Amino acid sequence: MTDFNQKDPISIDINGLSHWFGKGVNRRKVLNTISIQIRAGEVVLLTGPSGCGKTTLLTLIGALRKVQQGEVNVLGTQLGDCRRQERQNIRRQIGMIFQGHNLLRCLTAEQNVQMGSDLLQGCSYLSRRNQAREWLRAVGLDDHLGKLPQDLSGGQKQRVAIARALAARPKLLLADEPTAALDSSTGREVVDLLRRLAKHQACSVLMVTHDSRILDVADRVLRMEDGRIIPSFG
Amino acid sequence: MKRSFFQSRKIPLAWLLLTRQPLRLLVALAGISFAGILMFMQLGFRDGLFDTSVTVHKLFDADLVLISPRSKSSISMSGFPRRRLVQAMAHRDVIGTTPVNWNFLLWRNPESLSTRSILALGFEPGDPLFKDPELRRKAKALTNPGRVLFDKRSRDEFGPVSEWYEEGRLVETELAGKRVRVAGLISLGPSFGADGNLITSRETYLDLLPGTPPGSIEIGLIRLKPGSNPEAVVTSLKKSLPNDVAVFTRESFIEFEKNYWRNSTSIGFIFTLGAVMGFVVGCVIVYQVLYSDVSDHLPEYATLLAMGYKLKHLLSVVVREGVFLAVMGYIPAYIAGLGLYSLVRSSTNLPIAMDLNRATIVFVMIFLMCMLSAVLAMRRLVDADPAEIF
Ligand SMILES: Nc1ncnc2c1ncn2[C@@H]1O[C@H](COP(=O)(O)OP(=O)(O)OP(=O)(O)O)[C@@H](O)[C@H]1O
Ligand SMILES: [Mg+2]
Repeated sequence: MTDFNQKDPISIDINGLSHWFGKGVNRRKVLNTISIQIRAGEVVLLTGPSGCGKTTLLTLIGALRKVQQGEVNVLGTQLGDCRRQERQNIRRQIGMIFQGHNLLRCLTAEQNVQMGSDLLQGCSYLSRRNQAREWLRAVGLDDHLGKLPQDLSGGQKQRVAIARALAARPKLLLADEPTAALDSSTGREVVDLLRRLAKHQACSVLMVTHDSRILDVADRVLRMEDGRIIPSFG
Repeated sequence: MKRSFFQSRKIPLAWLLLTRQPLRLLVALAGISFAGILMFMQLGFRDGLFDTSVTVHKLFDADLVLISPRSKSSISMSGFPRRRLVQAMAHRDVIGTTPVNWNFLLWRNPESLSTRSILALGFEPGDPLFKDPELRRKAKALTNPGRVLFDKRSRDEFGPVSEWYEEGRLVETELAGKRVRVAGLISLGPSFGADGNLITSRETYLDLLPGTPPGSIEIGLIRLKPGSNPEAVVTSLKKSLPNDVAVFTRESFIEFEKNYWRNSTSIGFIFTLGAVMGFVVGCVIVYQVLYSDVSDHLPEYATLLAMGYKLKHLLSVVVREGVFLAVMGYIPAYIAGLGLYSLVRSSTNLPIAMDLNRATIVFVMIFLMCMLSAVLAMRRLVDADPAEIF
């Protein structure tokens, strides 16, 4: 595992983050004064029992929800002060990979990946298409460029989703159980690929997983329980 | 900074959304085309019917027309002094005039003996009346009193006049209570106001309608020197003639009659309502298609939002889908419209044809239909919450 020293810049800096769901008597605290730091290029895994708030944390970091209490600094921007418009712009720098692959059904693998590279400003259509092809080659799908998602296997779809997320050249990658729908060996491949490509881009990764077999790809593992981060040992 | 086409070109998402779901596209296009065809037919029938109100008007050999300002339509014509035509002759561009009497008389069906109102035109048999030279030949037969030329395209209710005449039989019947003889057949066609027509000499006309004041006519036809400007002559005649006549160009005379039927009957309303129904049906279908399309793809739209695409971008995708649907749905509607028009023309007497005006109106309606539906369907996009897709 790589050792990260104090000099590397911080991509995610969270201080005293709390989050509630529901209104009135149903109001429930889901995140409880969470503080974490993730450095650029670091691959961090987040595990914990179901319902402990992992996905909620991820959506807050991904600027998909409004911060209620605490500080969330992502890639140098305080999300708490951001308006919708600004949060939208932040999202372009964050790649997201979902449990379901969420590919656009009507687009081919290549076009799906290009939806990612289309977010890049100032590149010509042709160069964006070539980038999309490059990324598909990088995830080992050069033979499946023109296939629709329905003609791809689960692992292949997830690899397309990774290519799409990386095609927008994010500085941070958030993944929520990317291996949940895959068998263990495919899952292993996908995670290894993710780590390799992210390292190559100097992109930090925060990945939620239940799968204890893939914990070794992480530079660091965060454990969560009941809305809190449990201090790690070692 | 303005970005070039190649820098701003993106994956044509709207197009792919539509074309990669051929069944849904087909339903949408069928719906839009159906609405378009309905609009083409309703508006076509409406305009065609108004055209039939001027069947006889269109035949007149005239550049300008004088009528009484009290005349509101072909079914209620008032008289004006024939002298006005003589005065109009004073204008240097006027080369000829024809005074015409125009009224409805009761015609007795020679077979069933029932009576029915028929449009009777009276003129001096030597004068030019219609552009068609056929009448000039036949008009000679009118010089004898009590003779009429019967319109063979008159409705059947007037009796088997043309059949009998062509068989060589002597066809005599009663017109306004007096005996007349059919001295020939002409071809004019029924109009809104008149189920049948006949032409007679001025002498016979006055004999049939003894109450007509002497020197009073209903229509004055004026022919101009070739190359003269009818509008200018109208202006100068309006100035020089007393205000007991109204001066029209040929076209405005025809428009005047059509306008009467347009504004004082509910025909226009009924057919316009039909077209509006088509519009509404189209709206419902396009809305259904776009709405279910947006709903089906909601998680995908949410994914795009999560990736950093703006809501504006997604709205424009829906709008573009609407534009594509409008254009793709209009083309078959237009082609079917052409086909149906020619079918109607050949199977009825309705003069119905595609014109640029109607083609544009229907396109605008279809476009509005698709845009309206797109805007309504877009409201569904607000439900695309990128926080819910993890
Ligand atoms: N939109 C919401 N409204 C209300 N409560 C919610 C909402 N989303 C999540 N919760 C609740 O917040 C808690 C944390 O949910 P979260 O999805 O973050 O858990 P998780 O750790 O991702 O669980 P899992 O491992 O099952 O995905 C859960 O108890 C859940 O019921
Ligand atoms: Mg979760």
